[in-house]
Amino acid sequence: MPEWHTGSFFISQGKVNEMEKNARARILDKEGIERTLQRISHEIVEKNQGATNLAVIGIKTRGAVLAEKIAANIKAIEKKEVPLGAIDITLYRDDLTEIAKQPLVHATEINFDITGKRIILVDDVLYTGRTVRCALDELIDFGRPACIQLAVLIDRGHRELPIRPDYVGKNIPTAKEEQVEVRLEGTDGEEEVVILQ
Amino acid sequence: METRTAIKWTKKNLLGIEDLEAAEISAILEQAHSFKSVLERTIPKVPPLRGKTIVMLFCEPSTRTRASFELAAKRLSADTMNFATSTSSFLKGETLKDTARNIEAMKVDMIVIRHGCSGAPHFLSNCVNASVINAGDGMHEHPTQALLDVYTIKEKLGRIKELKVSIIGDIAHSRVARSNILALKKLGAEVTICGPKTLIPKDAEKMGVKVTYEISEALKDADAINILRIQRERQNEALLPSLREYASRFGITTEILRKYARKEVLIMHPGPINRGIEISQDVADSEFSVILDQVTNGVAVRMATLFLISMVK
Repeated sequence: MPEWHTGSFFISQGKVNEMEKNARARILDKEGIERTLQRISHEIVEKNQGATNLAVIGIKTRGAVLAEKIAANIKAIEKKEVPLGAIDITLYRDDLTEIAKQPLVHATEINFDITGKRIILVDDVLYTGRTVRCALDELIDFGRPACIQLAVLIDRGHRELPIRPDYVGKNIPTAKEEQVEVRLEGTDGEEEVVILQ
Repeated sequence: METRTAIKWTKKNLLGIEDLEAAEISAILEQAHSFKSVLERTIPKVPPLRGKTIVMLFCEPSTRTRASFELAAKRLSADTMNFATSTSSFLKGETLKDTARNIEAMKVDMIVIRHGCSGAPHFLSNCVNASVINAGDGMHEHPTQALLDVYTIKEKLGRIKELKVSIIGDIAHSRVARSNILALKKLGAEVTICGPKTLIPKDAEKMGVKVTYEISEALKDADAINILRIQRERQNEALLPSLREYASRFGITTEILRKYARKEVLIMHPGPINRGIEISQDVADSEFSVILDQVTNGVAVRMATLFLISMVK
C-alpha cells in the first residue's frame, strides 16, 4: 500500500530520523560493477594463463548472476566458451535448523563434469566465509576439481573461518552492524552496491 | 531469475493428504523438484538431516515404499533403523504404543509407519514426541504415494489443474485411491473413478468425483489413468466373480486403449503390478507408461517430505 494511504501526507520528524538512520552509502554504481568484473575477468585469465580447463560456478542467487557476467567476459577476452554453473548451498548450511523461516531449496545446476577443472567460484559479498565453506563442501560432492579459486565482488571482512578470496572487486571495511547489499538488474531491478547503516 | 522465497510448512507429522492445504502440497512438489536433481549427482547425497534418526516401522509387507523411504532418508544423511513385524516383538504380543515408546526411548526423530489398521499413525502421533509419517494405514491413506503420483503427472504434463484423471480398480479398499482423489481434487483436477460396483464405495460422489462402471467412460478424454492393483488377498471376500472376469472387463490392454483413450494418455500404476490382470504386458511397458518414473520420483518426494518435517521444531 502506498505511503500516503497509511499515514499522514507530511513526513513526521521520527520518520526523517529513521530515514537518516537507514542512509545508504553507494559504493559502486552500474558502470563501477561492470569495470570491476572486467578487471576480475582479466585477472582470472592472467592467473590461469588462458581459459583452458576453466569453469565458472556462481553461488545462488547473486553470485550466479555475477558468474554469468564473468563467463561472458572471459569468452570475450579469450574467444573461448567456459562452462557455467550455479550452486545452491541451502542444504549444506551449518545453521539450517536455526533459520526461523523455512528455506526453499533451489536446484544446483552443474551440467558438466568438474573433475580436473579449474573452478572459479563466484559470490557477491564475502563476509564470515560460512557460505563459501558450504559451497566448497557441495562442489567436492560433484567431483574432484584441479583447483577452486574464489572471486568476490565485495570483501567486507569479519571472517569466522580460514577462507581467503583469490580475486576481490573491492575491499570494504565495515562494522558488523552494517549491511552490504549488492543489487543486480537480474534480481533487484537496479545495479549498485550500497552499505546500509 | 528465480528469487529465494521462504515457504510455510508447519506440520510436524504427515498423517494424510486430508490435513494438507493445496499450498502445502505444492511446497512438497517444489522441494521434490530440487531433490530430484540431487539424485542425479555423482555423489547423490546431501547433509541436511545429519544426526537425525528415522525409524521405519512396517507392520505390513512392503518393498517399494520401505526401500524408497530408507533411500530418501539416507540421501539426506539421516540414520535409519528398521522394524518389521516379522522380526519384531509384535509377534511376542507387544502393543503398538509400547513398541513406539520403546523406539522413542532410543531418541529417534521420526517414525515412518505402515500399519494394517486405519488410523494407526494418528494414534501413534498422540503417544510419541517424534514426528510421524504415514506410509500407508489400512484402507485410509497413503499420502506419499499420492504426492509422488501428482508429482509425476505435473512433471509429464506440466500442470494438475483442470486435467482429467481416472482411477481404475478396487477403489473401496484402496488407500492409494483415497489419497490420490484428495490430492488431485485439492490441486484442481477432475477425477473419475471406475471399477466393478462391489469395489466402488457407496458414497464416492461425496468426494467430488465422477463415478462410472464402464471402462470406456473412464478412458474417454482422460489425460492420465491410474490403474490400481487388484488385491488378490481380498479375493476370498467374494467381491469379484473371478480375476479372469475382472481382467476382461477392466483390464487395460492396448486394444482397449486404442479403442477408447487418447493416444498420449499417461499410464500410471502404484505397483506391484499384476501383469495380465489389471494391466497387460505391453501397456505396462509402453512408451506412455510412467510406472518406473513414479518409483524414481517417489524417492525425491519422500526426501522433500522428510526434509520439510525435520525443519519443524
